[in-house]
Amino acid sequence: MAKKRIVQTTLNGDSAEFLCEPRQTLLEVLRDTLGMTGTKEGCTNGNCGSCTVLMNGRAVTSCLVLGVEADGAEIRTIEGVACGGHLDCVQQAFLEGAALQCGICTPGFIMQTEALLAENPKPTEDQIRFHLAGNLCRCTGYDKIVRAVQAAAEKKLSTT
Amino acid sequence: MSIGEKRKYKVIGTRPIRHDGVDKVTGRAQYGADVHPTGLLFGAMLRSPHAHAKIKRIDTSRAAALPGVRAVATSADLPDQGSRMVELGEGAVNMRHLSANVLARDKVLYKGHAIAAIAADTIHIAEEAVKLIDVQYELLPPVLDVRAAMKADAPVLNDDVRTDGLPPGDPAADRPTNVAKRILFEKGDVVTGFKSAAVVLEHEFVAGTVHQGYIEPHNATVMWNPDGKITVWMSTQGSFTARQQTAELLRVPVSDVKVVPMEIGGGFGGKISVYLPPVAAVLSRKSGRPVKLIMDRASVFEATGPTPGSYIKLKLGFSKDGRLVAGDAYLAYEAGAYPGSPMGPGCMCVFACYDIPNARVEGYDVCVNKPRTNAYRAPGSTHVAFAIETLIDEFCRQAKIDPAEFRLKNGAKEGVRRVDGPVFDRVGMIETVEAIRDSEHYQTPLKGPNQGRGIATGFWFNCGLKSSVTATVNGDGTVALVEGSTDIGGSRTGIAMQLAETLGITAEEVKPTVGDTDTAGYCDVTGGSRVTFATGIAAHEAAKDIIGQLVVRAAKHWEVDPKTVEYLDGGVTGPTALRMTFRELAATLHDTGGAVIGRGTSSEANQGGAFGTHCVDVEVDPDTGKVQILRYTAAQDCGTAIHPSYVEGQIQGGVVQGIGWALNEEYWYGDDGRMRNPTFLDYRMPTCYDVPMIDTIIVEVPDPQHPYGVRGVGEVPICPPPAAIANAIAAATGVRMRQTPMSPPRVLAEILKS
Repeated sequence: MAKKRIVQTTLNGDSAEFLCEPRQTLLEVLRDTLGMTGTKEGCTNGNCGSCTVLMNGRAVTSCLVLGVEADGAEIRTIEGVACGGHLDCVQQAFLEGAALQCGICTPGFIMQTEALLAENPKPTEDQIRFHLAGNLCRCTGYDKIVRAVQAAAEKKLSTT
Repeated sequence: MSIGEKRKYKVIGTRPIRHDGVDKVTGRAQYGADVHPTGLLFGAMLRSPHAHAKIKRIDTSRAAALPGVRAVATSADLPDQGSRMVELGEGAVNMRHLSANVLARDKVLYKGHAIAAIAADTIHIAEEAVKLIDVQYELLPPVLDVRAAMKADAPVLNDDVRTDGLPPGDPAADRPTNVAKRILFEKGDVVTGFKSAAVVLEHEFVAGTVHQGYIEPHNATVMWNPDGKITVWMSTQGSFTARQQTAELLRVPVSDVKVVPMEIGGGFGGKISVYLPPVAAVLSRKSGRPVKLIMDRASVFEATGPTPGSYIKLKLGFSKDGRLVAGDAYLAYEAGAYPGSPMGPGCMCVFACYDIPNARVEGYDVCVNKPRTNAYRAPGSTHVAFAIETLIDEFCRQAKIDPAEFRLKNGAKEGVRRVDGPVFDRVGMIETVEAIRDSEHYQTPLKGPNQGRGIATGFWFNCGLKSSVTATVNGDGTVALVEGSTDIGGSRTGIAMQLAETLGITAEEVKPTVGDTDTAGYCDVTGGSRVTFATGIAAHEAAKDIIGQLVVRAAKHWEVDPKTVEYLDGGVTGPTALRMTFRELAATLHDTGGAVIGRGTSSEANQGGAFGTHCVDVEVDPDTGKVQILRYTAAQDCGTAIHPSYVEGQIQGGVVQGIGWALNEEYWYGDDGRMRNPTFLDYRMPTCYDVPMIDTIIVEVPDPQHPYGVRGVGEVPICPPPAAIANAIAAATGVRMRQTPMSPPRVLAEILKS
C-alpha cells in the first residue's frame, strides 16, 4: 500500500484537507473519507454519470478522478448546491416537475445541469439532451428531466 | 390529458410535491450504500470466471492471512437447506437453489456465480484478498440457448430438477433435465377454430436476455450482534420478503432479523431476491463487526436480474371479416441457472388482450448457464406482446384493416374469459385503443421517407397481495403515516394522498414514513403494480379507523351521544351546529383518552388488470438499419390517477425501457458463456439523446375493487413498445422483425434480404 498523501481542495466553497491513498478515487474520498454521500455510485467506470461533480467548474465523473488529482482544485458537489437553506432553481425545477422517481441519478443530473446552464443559459431541447446524454436514468424516460431543465433555465433567466 | 369523469376528489388527481423530494434533490436521502455504522468492514466477493464447472476445492488460507482481512465466508458457512420449499411472498421457492445462488456449493452455473466473500478493513484489501482465494474447477460445457438446453443430450445444470407438469406416465418425468416446468392452457377447440379461419399466420419469435438496469447496484450492510439479533440495512423492493429470505437462508427465526429498508435506487423487479444479506451476515458473525457488501456493475449484470431470453412460436387464425378465431402458442423461456422464469405469466398474457374463442398455450421453463432470472416489469408479458402484436399487425396490413379498428373489434372486455381461466371484470382495453385512435398523433399523417407508424397493446394483471399501515394523529392536526411498502418512485406520496382524501385534509398534512420490519406492519413486495392499489386501500382503511375514533372523541369532548356526531369534510359535526375541524379536534385528543392511531390492512382485494395501447413513429436509416424514434404516445388505463405526474412518469419510464429492449439491449455471450458486454457502455440502455418526449394519455376506467378506483400503472407500459416499434419498422421498410433487439445490424440484414 502506497503512502497516503495530503490533498488540499476547496469543497463547496470551504477549504478542505484530506488524506488519501493514490489509488482512491475522488468518489471514494467524498463518500467514505469525507462522509458526503450525496454523490452516488452507479458503475465506477464513468458510464452512468451518477457521481457527477463539478471540478473547477467542469462536470466530471468523480469515479474517474483520483483523489490526489483534486489537489488545488475547486470541487462542488450536490451538498453545495442549495444555498443558505434555499434550493436553487435546478433543484426546485426537478422537485416541482416530478423529474425524479427513485432519485439515485438525481444528484448527478443536477450537477450536470448546473454545468450546462453555466455554459449555455438558453439551451434548446436538443442541446439539453446532448449535454445530459452521459447521465443515465432508468426510471423517468427523461421526459420530465428535460422539461425540468427547460423550466430551470427559464427561471434562472427571469431572475438574473 | 385525462379522459373520464370530471374530478370528484379534493386531493386525488392533484400534483403535490413528494414528501421525500427535498432529501432527494439535495443528496440527503440515505440509500443502501450510504449506511456507515461504526466499526464498518468492507466486503468483496469471489465470482466464478466459468459458466459451468464443478468446484473441486476452495482454499481461502492465503486470503485469510492477508493483513487487514477480518473474515472469510464460503457456502460451508451457510446451513444446509435439504430439499425444502418455502413460501416467500410471491410463490414457493426451492431453498437449496436459493442458497446455492447466494454462495455456490458444489457447482457454478454461470459466469459471475458467487463462490466466496471477504470482509476487510478497506475495500481495496478485500479485493486483494479475493485474488488470493484458490479454487480448483472441473470445467463443464455450458448451454446458453433455450432450445439447445431442452435437447435430451444437453448438459444438465441441476441434478435435482425434473419436469413438473408432464402428462402422467411420461417417461421423461424421472430424468434429470433442464426443463423444469411445462404448462398447458386450453380454451374452446383449437383444431376447429383453425379450420374455420380464412387466414392463418404462423411465425417464430426470439427475444434476447435483458436486464432491469437500475442505476443503484445491489447492496447490504449487516450487523450480527452477540445477542443473535441481525440488522440488515439494504435497498430492497420488499423488506419483509428480504427479512424472510435472509432468515430462511441462515435458518434463524424471522424475528431475529430486522431489515431496515434504505432508499432504493431502482429495482423494476430485480431487487426482490436476496443475494448479499446472508453473506454479509456470515461475515459479520465471524468478525463481530458490521459488514457492507456492494456489487460492482459487472456483477449486477452477470449475477442478478435478468429477464429471460425466449423462443416463441405463435399461430393465429382470422375469419374473413377480421375476427381472431384461433390461437396456438408455444413458449420456451430461459430460467437461468435455477428454475423460475416468468413463463407462467407469459402463457397467461399471450392472448389476454383479445376475445379469442379457441386457444391453446404450451409453455416451458428451461435452465441455462446464465444468471437466475428475476422479475422485470410485467415479467414474461413483453415477450408475448412482441409476438402476438406483430403477428396481428401483419394480418391487418395484409387484410387492409386499420390496426386500431381490429383491436376495437377483437379487444378484451368485461365478461371475456382468459385462456387460463379467469373472466375479466370491468377493464379499459377498448378505451385505451379509442384514446390512441382519436389522438392527434394517430390522426396526423407521417411526412418523410423511410418513416412508419405502429401501434400495439399490452396487458398486465397487477396483483393485490397484503399491505398494512398505521397512522397516528398528531396534536397539530397532521397525521404520521407508517407503511412497510418500500418507496421506489414516489409511492409514499400516493399513499399519503389517499389517506388525506379520506380524512379530508391536505397531502402535506400527512407525514409518511417507510418503516423497518420491526416498526411497520407486514407488507408484501413493492412490485406487481400493487402499492398504490393495496397499500392505498390500507391507508383508506386506516383513515376510516381514525374517523370512527374521532367521532367518539368528539362526542366525549362535547358530552353528547356519539350517534349524533358525524365526520364530514375534514371535521366533525354534532347536534346544535357543533363543529370542529380535524385540526381543532386533534388538539383536544390528550384530554379525551390520548393518541388516536388508525390501522388499516388490505389482503383480499385483487386488481382487475390493466391495459395500455401505444403509438410510435420511427424513421429507419436504409443504409445503417438504425431506427430513430420520432414520436411516441402511450395511452393507459390507470383506473384513477392519484398523482398524475407520477402516473405519467411510470408510463414514460416503462416506455423508454421498452424502447431499449426493442432497439439495443441484449446480453452478448461468447460460446464460453462469458458475457461480453457487462458495462453500461456496451449494454446500451437509452440515453436522453436517444428518445423524444413521451406523450401520455391517462385513461380512467375505475377498478371497482379499490375505493378510489386505482389500477396499478407501473408494469403495463413496458409491454407494447417492442411490438409497436416492430410494426412501425414494417410500415417504414416492409421488413418484419421477429427478434429483439432490433439493432442496426439486424434491421439492415433484413432490409438487404428483402
